Amino acid sequence: MSGAGAPAAGRGRRKAIRRIGWGSAALAGSLAGCGRSRSDPEGPLDFWAMGREAEVVVELLAAFRERYPGVQVRVQQLPWTAAHEKLLTAFAGDALPDLCQLGNTWLPEFSALGALEPLDERMAAAGLPRDDYFAGILDTNLMPAADGAAQLLGVPWYVDTRLLFFRSDLLRAAGHARPPENWDEWRAAMQDIRRLDNGRTYGALLPLNEPDPLFALSLQQGPVLGDGDSRGAFSQPPFRRALDFYAGLFRDDLAPRMAATQVANVWDEFARGLFAFYVTGPWNIGEFRRRLPAERQGDWATAPLPGPDGPGVSTAGGSSLVVFKSSRRKEAAWKLIRFLSEPEMMQRFHALTGDLPPRRSAWRAPALAGDPPSQAFARQLERVRAAPKVPEWERIFQEMQLAAERVVQGRQGAEAACRELDARVDALLEKRRWLRGLRA
Amino acid sequence: MTKDAAAAWILAGPALLVIAVFFALPVAAGLALSLTDFDIYALADLSTLRFVGLRNYAQLLQTPLFWQALANTLYFVVVGVPASIGLSLAAALLLDSRFARWQPFFRTALFAPVVTTVVAVAVIWRYLLHTRYGLINQGLEAIGLAPVDWLGDPHWSMPAIIAFAAWKNFGYNMIILFAALQAVPRDLYEAARMDGAGAVRRFTDVTFPLLVPTLVLVGILTVSGYFQLFAEPYVMTQGGPLRSTYSMLYLMYEEGFRWWNLGNASAVAFLLFLVIFCASGLMLRFDRDAPGRR
Repeated sequence: MSGAGAPAAGRGRRKAIRRIGWGSAALAGSLAGCGRSRSDPEGPLDFWAMGREAEVVVELLAAFRERYPGVQVRVQQLPWTAAHEKLLTAFAGDALPDLCQLGNTWLPEFSALGALEPLDERMAAAGLPRDDYFAGILDTNLMPAADGAAQLLGVPWYVDTRLLFFRSDLLRAAGHARPPENWDEWRAAMQDIRRLDNGRTYGALLPLNEPDPLFALSLQQGPVLGDGDSRGAFSQPPFRRALDFYAGLFRDDLAPRMAATQVANVWDEFARGLFAFYVTGPWNIGEFRRRLPAERQGDWATAPLPGPDGPGVSTAGGSSLVVFKSSRRKEAAWKLIRFLSEPEMMQRFHALTGDLPPRRSAWRAPALAGDPPSQAFARQLERVRAAPKVPEWERIFQEMQLAAERVVQGRQGAEAACRELDARVDALLEKRRWLRGLRA
Repeated sequence: MTKDAAAAWILAGPALLVIAVFFALPVAAGLALSLTDFDIYALADLSTLRFVGLRNYAQLLQTPLFWQALANTLYFVVVGVPASIGLSLAAALLLDSRFARWQPFFRTALFAPVVTTVVAVAVIWRYLLHTRYGLINQGLEAIGLAPVDWLGDPHWSMPAIIAFAAWKNFGYNMIILFAALQAVPRDLYEAARMDGAGAVRRFTDVTFPLLVPTLVLVGILTVSGYFQLFAEPYVMTQGGPLRSTYSMLYLMYEEGFRWWNLGNASAVAFLLFLVIFCASGLMLRFDRDAPGRR
């Protein structure tokens, strides 16, 4: 303190008191901070995204800030493994962000929670053409409302499906000029490949801990849930046909009984020719280019998934962007979704992540239109079908694979495994039946 | 007397309050929760919460996964606890030996795994156990044995987890047993040697009986800890392969936080509590019948 004497001391004390006052005000402010900034309609937008997408979306936001200088965005990264728990906990604690990336199999759950804002009107008002989106992917975002009509609860951000990656050289060596289009051709190709070179090569790798390939095959045959998605239909003929085909590949030694964890390095084994077909997703286009040796780069290709009689449907996966009902900044949140849904943004997003865009117009970019491995996905995406829209789906999905694994390992017959699976699924869906009775 | 009682209540009050708020109340709430079907539908709309009595328990007892989780956990406890305590006892005996040099160094080195983070060392063990590049399989190959797919083969995954857990935890019990060994009066050994007892007889007739109370304590602590197996499989195998490392706590975690069936998760917790309670009771009987106590 520079001056001496009473007035100076008095001034100093007042200053100190004022400082304490400010301090406590700031403290109170920061304590109330979460609440206030959350309820402030002009505050920054909270956007939760997962994994690699969360890292990359930050790069797209510079252009967003230029266009909408008034809207600040705070991106929070969640690891995929913890995202689901974190979102449910946030719902329970009323701490959800304004908008979020949501895996589209999670939509039914958050729809059941009543946490998602319907977006039909905003979509129409913004002139986002619905028919530009792949129909099967858009469908995963449509949830039945109380009156029975479908509501749009999310906007597809990127898509994911499963199809064939294969060794084109081995297929040719086995005497097949083009990739198989139906189950019979596929099985015949695998048998011919198995006969090459003293049976060194399996027909296909279908990891036993991955439910997606079997589920894609069963989608081609028909529904796996019945009675308004309230009971299992796994003992019905559609699923049985898919399971019989799938289990038959292992029984006939066309596919090794291996989980993904038992294959030390899928790309190495593919390059070495442990297997010729691999049913997997779009991220592997990038991985194959990065991880396969240069001399193998000409020996792989992709093709749509064969169906029972001709090209078949596959799974409709991916992530959507959703706005939460609790948000006070829905208008700003929608601006960000509309911005990220522009075809140019989807193309940049694809360039950064390899994630495939859900809008057909975004596929006109040369990086996609001129890329043969991606083009197989473009054809497949015209034929994708949504999983049953029940919150219990992920659990049913796993039960399905555990049952299939028992059949493949020969520990249970298909008939018994499917009956047991239906009993499990019926028990899981008991509350749905009860709720339906309550509403009726 | 009443004045004393009042003083006692006042003094014990804060502690009792803390216990009531942070222990009794949550336990009671958990028990109540286990009698309901709290799930995401109830999270959305509390009016759909149903009181289901003991149905969660009844259904759990009919679920194969529950029995698999219980069997895996028992496997882990029955093999893991003796292995872990045996290792602790062996290490403690070595440290206590008259011939032990550099004792403080070894005491610290052997205790070190206890204070490491489970997740971090589990990641390192995953490297050690790697089928092709792991140190353990390289060692096996060096002595002419076939490599083992430790974490990928359902028969080997649990032994691998047990080895990891025993390595991680033996230091803690070692310190307790070491302290007990040091408390054994040296003149007893002296007398035993005078009577012509060899090293083995001295261990079985002097050391072991005097260690029994400590071993029971260590046993109960280890058993109740090992029943709560979770972090090791969560990090190393995610409960697989073929759910061979899926434990009771793993089941509880998945029911509660993955599927949000908090009613079921609470029921699993109480069943696990019952199992641990019975196991500890059995072990206490051991102590009462022990030769050292008559």
